Amino acid sequence: MADVITYREAVAEGIAREMRRDPSVVCLGEDIGAAGGVFKTTVGLHKEFGSERVWDTPISEQAIVGAAMGAAMTGMRPVAEIMFSDFLACCWDYLANEIPKVRYMTGGQVTVPLVVRTANGGGLGFGAQHSQATENWAFTVPGLKIAAPATPADVIGMMAAAIRSDDPVVFFEHKGLFATKGPPAPPDHIVELGQAAVVREGADVTLVALASMVPVALTAAERLAEEDIDAEVIDLRCLVPLDTRTVLGSLAKTSRLVTVEENPYQGGWGGTLVSVVADEGFGLLDAPVRRVAAECVPLPFADALEEQVIPTADKVVTTVRQLTAY
Amino acid sequence: MTGAASTNATNAGQLLALYEQMAVIRRTEKAAHDLFLAGLVKGTTHLASGHEAIAVGASAALRDDDYVFATYRGHHHALARGATPEECLAELMSRATGLCKAKGGSMHLTKASHNMLGSYAIVGAHLPMAVGAAWSARLRGTGQIAVAFFGDGATNIGAFHEALNLAAVWKLPVLFVCENNLYMEYTPIGDVTAVANPAADRAPAYGIPGEIVDGNDVVLVQEAVARLADRARAGDGPSLLEAQTYRHFGHSRTDPATYRPAEEVERWLKHDPLDLARGRLAELGVPEEAVTEADARATDLVQQAVEAAKQAPAADPREALTDVWADGGAAWRT
Repeated sequence: MADVITYREAVAEGIAREMRRDPSVVCLGEDIGAAGGVFKTTVGLHKEFGSERVWDTPISEQAIVGAAMGAAMTGMRPVAEIMFSDFLACCWDYLANEIPKVRYMTGGQVTVPLVVRTANGGGLGFGAQHSQATENWAFTVPGLKIAAPATPADVIGMMAAAIRSDDPVVFFEHKGLFATKGPPAPPDHIVELGQAAVVREGADVTLVALASMVPVALTAAERLAEEDIDAEVIDLRCLVPLDTRTVLGSLAKTSRLVTVEENPYQGGWGGTLVSVVADEGFGLLDAPVRRVAAECVPLPFADALEEQVIPTADKVVTTVRQLTAY
Repeated sequence: MTGAASTNATNAGQLLALYEQMAVIRRTEKAAHDLFLAGLVKGTTHLASGHEAIAVGASAALRDDDYVFATYRGHHHALARGATPEECLAELMSRATGLCKAKGGSMHLTKASHNMLGSYAIVGAHLPMAVGAAWSARLRGTGQIAVAFFGDGATNIGAFHEALNLAAVWKLPVLFVCENNLYMEYTPIGDVTAVANPAADRAPAYGIPGEIVDGNDVVLVQEAVARLADRARAGDGPSLLEAQTYRHFGHSRTDPATYRPAEEVERWLKHDPLDLARGRLAELGVPEEAVTEADARATDLVQQAVEAAKQAPAADPREALTDVWADGGAAWRT
């Protein structure tokens, strides 16, 4: 086993492990076959599993996700790729109206065990229609589980949990993390959905981050340590199930909360998280909560502009400094 | 009420059975209508009176384990694929004994144990699902096919075209059955569609057969579906059947359908699926008393269903917080 694995390799590895284990796992999506995916996240799958397990589709997002749904209802465990998460809007009917509701509105008769994988988020200068952090779109819909791993090992462990889940999972792979490296995942590595990770322990403030914002929060924490501010960093890993227990547990220790979100402030997951804290953990707080989130603008193209919009370690440091002085 | 595979409807006894199924559906729809007016059904209903021959004829040509997907106008498909009038009416009446525990309602009748995998109320959305079920059947090598029933209005939705193309390019065993009742909700389909036959005329663009059938003739529907289902099962890919029919009621409960020309309504009411089947039964020498008895059995069944649904307990409020997830619950956080 290699010493390190990239996040993009972890995607293919995570899928391959499940395909080896379970013949009902099949993949479909645009350019995912011999081409290996536009982000090279499905490299090797077609070669190992062939065209009866790894299916190239036309550019037809409704057909991809709708067919995945029909297959999931009838005994398969499809893993569908929607290339960029911005394109989820093209099949939003399936994510908002069909997949998450069919179990409920049939009184529990039908189960939909599928995974919709998609490349999410900014940081690469792809412009306004290929850079959005869209996990909050899915977060508004009861009935979807939402995974957004930040490390290669988590990609593999959460992919296993997502594919084995009897519920539909939207799996956000972050474009800005594809080239990052980390320790490989041991055999049979599973990270159950809904379990946040405390990735840095600290006593003064809790930073809660997701996906690409985890390394941003960790960088900020290192800088804050130089100022003797000891930040705890929580990688949320999933939005549904949402691990509020770990967040409240951390606040019992730190009494200060900052969410670090790539998505725009309005409608962001941090709003839900802080509302839970306000409801159930108000007595734990010694200071107001703060949310570091993206500006409410479409993602601009130029790096200098994009940095103005998306949270950076500098912005997190500044916010935490203000909060600890409260 | 699921039809046996390869029923030969020219056989008098079998045609009489199909007639009785249609009679049950007609009476169940009438009961739904009356219960709505009596305030016992809330929301809305999209009745399929007039469309019975499509559901019954198609079901008679399918295997019991084939997959069926329908629309919000889907009472007839649920009934034809094995749901009972009692569980359907209980669902409409918000009873705990409803087909979907009263969580679905008129637009979402589903009988998964019979592979009737649901009625979908976003126009055209279920066509890709049927493609997926057909893909699944092929991957599992079961010989099943999937059938999507949809209205003429769905043919102008993007999902229709994406589904047809994907099914054709993957050569999947799926049958698309358009119930062309001439109206897209309140608007004549011809006024908003560039081709005369909204479904069949599009089939050549996807390289698949597109046939037109008299959707009010149960025998013709059964024959067409049997032929196209055989084709799908043989590995020759999808096809599209446009079944021409007519709604006896308006689009939904709030629609008196006054936009339809009187002579058109009259012409189609004279072309009633039950009347056509009666005519065929007479031609086959079935005595009128046998038809009358079938009608009486249908009437009794539906009357009993109405009474049983009325007596059934109301939906349990606790059920509102179940069945979101596969574990039966609804918790979204730890």
